[in-house]
Amino acid sequence: MTGVAVATEQTRADRAVAPVTMAAALNRALADSLADDERVLVFGEDVGTLGGVFRVTDGLAARFGEDRVFDTPLAESGIIGTAIGMAMNGLVPVVEMQFDAFAYPAFEQVTSHLAKLHNRTSGHITLPVVVRVPFGGGIGGVEHHCDSSEAYYAHTPGLRVVTPATPADAYRLLRQSISCPDPVIFLEPKRRYWSKEQAVLSADGPAIDQAVVRRAGKDVTLIAYGGMVETALETAEAAAEEEWDVEVIDLRSLSPFDDATLVESVRRTGRAVVVHEAPGFAGYGAEVVARLTEQCFHYLEAPILRVTGFDIPYPPPRLERLHLPDVDRILDAIAALQWGDRA
Amino acid sequence: MTSVADIPRMALAESLLPSPQPLQLIDPSGRASGSAGELQLPETRILLELHRRMVLGRRFDQQATTLTKQGRLAVYPSSRGQDGCQVGAVLALRDQDWLFPTYRDTVAIVTRGVDPVEALTLLRGDWHCGYDPYQYRVAPQCTPLATNTLHAVGLAHAARLRRQDQAALVLLGDGATSEGDTHEALNFAGVWKAPVVFLVQNNGYAISVPLAKQTAAPTLSAKGIGYGIPSLLIDGNDAAAVWSAVHSSVQRAAAGGGPTLIEALTYRIEAHTNADDASRYRDAAEVQAWIARDPIARLEAYLMAEGLLTETEVKQLATEAEELAEGIRTRMNDDADVDPAELFAHVYVRPTAALAHQRAALLSEIADAAQ
Repeated sequence: MTGVAVATEQTRADRAVAPVTMAAALNRALADSLADDERVLVFGEDVGTLGGVFRVTDGLAARFGEDRVFDTPLAESGIIGTAIGMAMNGLVPVVEMQFDAFAYPAFEQVTSHLAKLHNRTSGHITLPVVVRVPFGGGIGGVEHHCDSSEAYYAHTPGLRVVTPATPADAYRLLRQSISCPDPVIFLEPKRRYWSKEQAVLSADGPAIDQAVVRRAGKDVTLIAYGGMVETALETAEAAAEEEWDVEVIDLRSLSPFDDATLVESVRRTGRAVVVHEAPGFAGYGAEVVARLTEQCFHYLEAPILRVTGFDIPYPPPRLERLHLPDVDRILDAIAALQWGDRA
Repeated sequence: MTSVADIPRMALAESLLPSPQPLQLIDPSGRASGSAGELQLPETRILLELHRRMVLGRRFDQQATTLTKQGRLAVYPSSRGQDGCQVGAVLALRDQDWLFPTYRDTVAIVTRGVDPVEALTLLRGDWHCGYDPYQYRVAPQCTPLATNTLHAVGLAHAARLRRQDQAALVLLGDGATSEGDTHEALNFAGVWKAPVVFLVQNNGYAISVPLAKQTAAPTLSAKGIGYGIPSLLIDGNDAAAVWSAVHSSVQRAAAGGGPTLIEALTYRIEAHTNADDASRYRDAAEVQAWIARDPIARLEAYLMAEGLLTETEVKQLATEAEELAEGIRTRMNDDADVDPAELFAHVYVRPTAALAHQRAALLSEIADAAQ
């Protein structure tokens, strides 16, 4: 073995154990996908020279060149619409919508074309496009920068909607999304971009459409995704002091929904709470509650509850903490799950 | 204030502008036109093919309208009157190029070689797109207007990135030029120098809304300058002019010269669809004036005056068109099989567990109903 090879292996080993932020893990997933598959392209607003407003694409244009990583004009419908045409011609575009609410101009291209072309053409056209969307609040952003837009996408047949909760899973899910032949809406929880984790980054592990149990427990199933998973885990620790053994499930895939993992857990615990930042009315949690009630009704000790944002437009920074689900509010919901007859 | 340094820029800007009057190779009376500008008259073989395919396309269009009246098609948006655009543009494409049509461009699709019954699948209601887009390099028909412009730019840019000799032609109407996607597509195409040709069939009305309520621009082709895209204004009822404009634009795109915006002035003789009443928004006299500028009669008069086409050949062509129509009638009168399981088959590349469950439930429901 040459000295160079040894140095490379050492670097890899160092990388494997060094703590990594979610933003850095996403950056590495993009770099590794670009390196592994010459069909992969990365484009959007400010993703080139600047490296993205959250630096997720930092250094990629310099490393892979302007033909593969490039800035576009400031037009979201244009980004998605041209990504569709590129995918029709054999490329694998990974595009960025700069913020959740800035993706709305692309809604028609996403719902009428990206989601439907495979179906419209009886499977002749496949669109392996990944749309990265930084989403959610908790970062003190001013209006239009903190929306939770997952329900719009999850309601659209033909799209996969996924969201990671940890750096290692951000790497895995993004690699899996880029390899996936279906269009994927990849929601990145902004408030966790700078969360660190010491982990080996690998695409192996739970599949793109699988939920994972982040903490095993026997009394109640706490269901969360994206930025709320960490809050759910904190809640579980606090609940342990009250002698509630909380199981925390990270959905990862909002569409399709992993019924098997969720139903198994809820039938076993008999109680469940769903948490999300988005407004509760017609929100994603309503679907979760409906599905689990249909499939677990006779196992339930209490109605499944939701802890969500209020049914209001996202608040200004100084008021957002009142809107977002937190440990206390989730504990209150757990306490309301009719424990009386357990004692 | 304009400085000396700005003069090349101003010259560039002027070079992007269309001609003040529409370019034309053959005038409505069938004579060589004095307004040809940069357009080159196609060779005889191409002129004859333009004529033949317009006659066949017109007969197809009439047959589709009749099938709609008989209830065989859910709806049919006729392109009668726009035959010069439909046929001229498509015949100018090379085999490897792509066509991005709208719902009014079924004649263009058939001219490209798509089987007529596959082309009518959407309008018969059997499925959404009845043909394999890759077999013909024809995208599915675009119903939400202007959305196809961006797909064409993306496909063309991908060809350039992959160093494939391939251009895209996207069809749109005057109404679609008001959509945001058209603006974004022209802008992206200009910035990327994408090998794409935008052909605006300006037929004067977006369903009922006349052009004057659509735009304050002097012409739609004049918009090209705002995107750094060279533009052409042509007589869309002159198939030779359409062919020449699209052909030279494709050649330029293939040579790395970037996009072109072409506005073709034409007219839709029929109503928007069979469900529309055009008398509510336009005069019969206006329609008559455009019938007098019929694209087929014009080219036929030219070819006969030049001795390139005989009465006998015109009659033979009419017979060929009748045979085409009869074949379509026969095939369209057969009830097509529609498979309920297809509803779930292509939503994702592999059906999800939930879709497999719903499929089984529907098939079981159908089986129960049949007993």
